[in-house]
Amino acid sequence: MKFRLLAAIALIAAPTTMTTGASAAEVNVYSHRQEILVRPLLDAFTKETGIKVNVVFAQKGLVKRLEAEGRNSPADIVLTVDVARISEIVDAELVQPVKTPALEKAVPANYRDPNGLWYGLTLRARMIYTSKDRVGKGDITSYEQLADPKWRGKVCSRKGDHDYNIALLAAYIGHYGEAKATEWLEGVKANLARKPQGNDRAQVKAIMEGVCDIAIGNHYYMALMLKNDKQKSWAESANLVFPTLAGKGTHMNISGMVMTKYAPNKANAVKLMEFLVSKKAQGIYANVNSEYPIDPDVKTSPLLESWGKFPRDDIALDTIAKNRAAALKIVNTVGFNDGPATN
Amino acid sequence: MTGLQASATDARTRGTRRFRPDPWAAGAFVITAIVALPVLTVLAAAFFPTENIWPHLWDTVLPAYIFSTLELMAGVAASTILIGVSAAWLVTACDFPGRRIFEWALVLPLAMPAYVVAYVYTDILEFAGPVQALLRDIFGWDTAKDYWFPEIRSLGGAIVVMTMTLYPYVYLLTRSAFLEQSSGVGEAARTLGCSPWAAFRRVSLPMARPSIVVGVALVLMETLNDFGTVDFFAVQTLTTGMFNVWLVMNNTGGGAQIAVVMLIFVIFLLVAERAARRKRGYHDTSTRPRLPVRFELRGGRKFLAVLVCAVPILIGFIVPAGLLTSYAIEFYDVSLNNRFPQAALNSILLAALAAAVAVMIGLFLAYAVRLRKSTLLRNLARFASLGYAVPGAVLAIGILFPFGAFDNAVDGFMRTTFGISTGLILSGTIVAVLFAYVVRFLALAYGTLEAGLGRVTPHMDDAARTLNHGPAQALIKVNLPIIRGSMLTAGILIFVDCMKELPATLLLRPFNFDTLATYVYQFASDELLEECALGALTIVAAGIIPVILLTRVMGRNRPDQEFSIT
Repeated sequence: MKFRLLAAIALIAAPTTMTTGASAAEVNVYSHRQEILVRPLLDAFTKETGIKVNVVFAQKGLVKRLEAEGRNSPADIVLTVDVARISEIVDAELVQPVKTPALEKAVPANYRDPNGLWYGLTLRARMIYTSKDRVGKGDITSYEQLADPKWRGKVCSRKGDHDYNIALLAAYIGHYGEAKATEWLEGVKANLARKPQGNDRAQVKAIMEGVCDIAIGNHYYMALMLKNDKQKSWAESANLVFPTLAGKGTHMNISGMVMTKYAPNKANAVKLMEFLVSKKAQGIYANVNSEYPIDPDVKTSPLLESWGKFPRDDIALDTIAKNRAAALKIVNTVGFNDGPATN
Repeated sequence: MTGLQASATDARTRGTRRFRPDPWAAGAFVITAIVALPVLTVLAAAFFPTENIWPHLWDTVLPAYIFSTLELMAGVAASTILIGVSAAWLVTACDFPGRRIFEWALVLPLAMPAYVVAYVYTDILEFAGPVQALLRDIFGWDTAKDYWFPEIRSLGGAIVVMTMTLYPYVYLLTRSAFLEQSSGVGEAARTLGCSPWAAFRRVSLPMARPSIVVGVALVLMETLNDFGTVDFFAVQTLTTGMFNVWLVMNNTGGGAQIAVVMLIFVIFLLVAERAARRKRGYHDTSTRPRLPVRFELRGGRKFLAVLVCAVPILIGFIVPAGLLTSYAIEFYDVSLNNRFPQAALNSILLAALAAAVAVMIGLFLAYAVRLRKSTLLRNLARFASLGYAVPGAVLAIGILFPFGAFDNAVDGFMRTTFGISTGLILSGTIVAVLFAYVVRFLALAYGTLEAGLGRVTPHMDDAARTLNHGPAQALIKVNLPIIRGSMLTAGILIFVDCMKELPATLLLRPFNFDTLATYVYQFASDELLEECALGALTIVAAGIIPVILLTRVMGRNRPDQEFSIT
């Protein structure tokens, strides 16, 4: 009976094994972003070019999978969220440079690697949500002010060791150094209204509930909450502030793409990369996901347009990536996730 | 027994002691080596951290992580024992209204993924949720500062949620043990003057101890490897630390070191427990178990019994399922999607296959250990079971590297020898996912079957051998029918767990391949569970049917029905 079982396994496994990955009209994508978010873009690509896109989505460990697969990896492109994933894969030397005129034209120089190792696709701003009822316009204009004692017991944030907060802290370290960053984080911790919990949307929900007055969160959640019947009231209770860091501008993070070192379908992959920065795809990013397109010539969605333009922090993304480990250490040392001291 | 064995082999070799490779021991070695590969890979990675993280962690968060983890484990262990053993006892030894329904209904929470339960309760019990809103309406409170309400996102909340989803392990295994206990033992205790309660405490309970321990060990390992639920409840455990070191500090070796520390916890616990009961036997010597006479519960005790059984089902299953159903109805159009049926099919096929393979391997190992009575084999088998305690994402990495190495080695060989490239053979196929499920859930199979086989008196094996049956025949013709219930229990537990498995599936799967769990996760990870409620309900539904099947089969396989003489 055991043999019959083994034979059954072999039969089932056989068609799905021995994939060399290279195929006439296919491109293989490893994505850190949920498939539901990237599907509209990939389907549009397939419609335009007839090239089929195969996807695996996983949030943790994709780079390890690439490493283990080595030269026979079927992946052509990796779509990432957060500058951390890009630097992780570039540092692991699993990418190859790609340079085409279309890519270089669409993506501004500070959002791509000078050697063509990675390209940004969209931008997301980490902003401050403020209560419409309890916080006036102009009461808070910078990230530094989050540590101001006047906000004691009024700040909500997700956990300090989440990628988005780590990136913000890493940028802070980049501007001010570790000592000042530690001081700042201690100030923010003292201002917390409750122990960090939930995701960005949950912080806005807390504003609506009156638990806190200001919260840190990514910009696109405002748009997504407004579209969701259940969450609309949360979004409508808050205003958006585009704070500045070190007087420069709002902290931005990127989602991006790289081409893997051993991509079997290189030509198709280049086509996909060019498609993702094309006006059409950038428009989908803007309207469906409410993100900021990387191509400055593409209009954002009407809602985002209504928020107006804002200065962006121009710190090199490399610097942010390099400071992440130090940022986590500071989060641990300060004990940010323990919440405010009991009073 | 060993004496019998030796004489049997001697008789066959007619005095010349030839060296005969023992198929059972050899097979067990090979199997445990393969299954233990991922855990060994993690161990190996622990030797190569990019930086020594321990000083920093010790100074900052590690003590708190360890303390939370221990608190969580202790809380969950104690609660699941309390609920699982009480419910198992009530349902097997007593009679009260609704007993027949409770018997199978108590297993239902097993079908509910823990993150769904977590989401549902934070939704209901948090400030903006219906419960607190109702309280505020009734008492006229206004803001959070006016009244005290237990904080749901806390260690306590995590313990309650995890208990409610995990107690079925203890319940099922303890119930098996109680059912297979001969009433003769209980009645003998009572003729010696024990009250029913004392008979339970001094005879039935100790005899069921191996099963209870297996159940609790499974519960603890599930608690350790969980990341989603504790993350949701803002509880920081060692698993949190592990993922931070791995992903934020980009220090895989450091993360592996923390994983190893967690494994050491588990090993220590199991060793301590084994040491405490080393020389005792737990098998029943009578060969004709009889139907136990049930205690009729009256008055207050009746209601208490109903309460003890009903509350876990309510909290662990009815409320979450009810809420999911209401979401599914509300968001029906968004939920239904063309990828959904394929994901469901993938889930069910994979889970069924993994369950079958894992039970086969678990049976082989458990029997080999029983046959050879070798502590080495037993410890190897238990080491192979440790995959259960390792978080899914880490286990997946432990599989990625050996598979990748194997594939690339074969490919390299083929390239140099024949000039053709075989590409990836195992990596990125469903074989990898299947292997992950088997490695992970072998603990369920081995533990259940070890306990089940332990309840079969060795006299059975001896009798079979005197009738000239070889070990394999003894297994198939004698042991197998007796432990059929345990095999089915193991198979169904594994099936249900495979349906819910997430992190390893996410990372190891082939292109364009979704299971129900990965499909649901895309939405749940963005707190959009409402929009995939239908998918979550399907996971639950696919789990309920085997679960109900299981308890019905277990009921039918009661020893008294197999051995009835009229």
